[in-house]
Amino acid sequence: MVKIITIGEDILGANDARARANKARLDASGIFTVNIMSSPGAGKTSLIMGTIKALRNKVGIAVIEGDVASSVDADKIAAIGIPVVQINTAGGCHLDANMVEKALDALPLEGIDLLFIENVGNLICPNAFALGEDQRVMISSLPEGDDKPYKYPAMFADTDVVLLNKTDLQPYLDFDPAAFRKVVTGLNPDVIIFPLSCKTGEGLPDWFAWLESAVRGKKKGGHGKNPGH
Amino acid sequence: MPHSSPCLIMKSAMHEFSITESVLNLALEKAGQAGATKVTRINLVIGEMSGVVGDCVQFFFDAISRNTIASGARLYFEPRPTQLRCHRCQNVFEPHDHDWSCPGCHETAIEIVSGRECYMESIEVE
Repeated sequence: MVKIITIGEDILGANDARARANKARLDASGIFTVNIMSSPGAGKTSLIMGTIKALRNKVGIAVIEGDVASSVDADKIAAIGIPVVQINTAGGCHLDANMVEKALDALPLEGIDLLFIENVGNLICPNAFALGEDQRVMISSLPEGDDKPYKYPAMFADTDVVLLNKTDLQPYLDFDPAAFRKVVTGLNPDVIIFPLSCKTGEGLPDWFAWLESAVRGKKKGGHGKNPGH
Repeated sequence: MPHSSPCLIMKSAMHEFSITESVLNLALEKAGQAGATKVTRINLVIGEMSGVVGDCVQFFFDAISRNTIASGARLYFEPRPTQLRCHRCQNVFEPHDHDWSCPGCHETAIEIVSGRECYMESIEVE
């Protein structure tokens, strides 16, 4: 006899539950966690490296690197003496909460105030998989075009911060910053946008100040903004 | 399912794989709680914006559900189109390519009201 069972549950509910557990663990250690997402080549690693350089004397930093393959990015970070765990997704296009849980097991959490999780370069699905982060930071770069929010609306709607990178290339491109800002804030009225260039350093101080203040806020007992989504 | 499923050459195939694993686990959990011996059908609601390719999910499902009570179950995907609501005039509309502004009042502050669904509505069991 056929019986229908009504479920009405999110397919990724198990991932969300695991993300909440990761968040609780990071909260207990007072670690402000940033999930960094972008397309390949938008500047995630350059941004992380530049931010480490600027803030490492003030806050304890660790990194979880997600890549389809290789440890090129993790090697760069390890070379400057920052604790880093590489996750290779073996073809997978996003990180999930389970992978991050295992990475946390391998990281020394004591003395860490700020954790960067560098997601796999992809604008399609990483936003669907909560990891346990406090904030989602998306990097979009000028060469990608100002139409990206129309093509990947869910990514832009879900992020807390957009870093608009490679502003130094503006003279060579047709990118319209006002059009970009209009569509992103239309989709996501609370988003914070920082135009910057990891190459020239333009705009970076505003991002550093925002991040440092968020890290301090968490140390004082705040719990970030996104409780595992 | 054809063996030459296009998802195998698509970069996003692993995305469908993780979705499929979650679908199977959730269906088995619910069927187990109900004391079912077989899952025959799984009804999913998938929004246009969720980036999930239904054929891929069924293809992976057939492979990973072997030796479970969900082996042979058919997956049904109820699509949901992208729909936006204008913050100014509350008009609900479907966007056209690069134009996400309200067709009524041209406001660009909008809210996504549908198209992001990714949930299991029900399962049919024996």
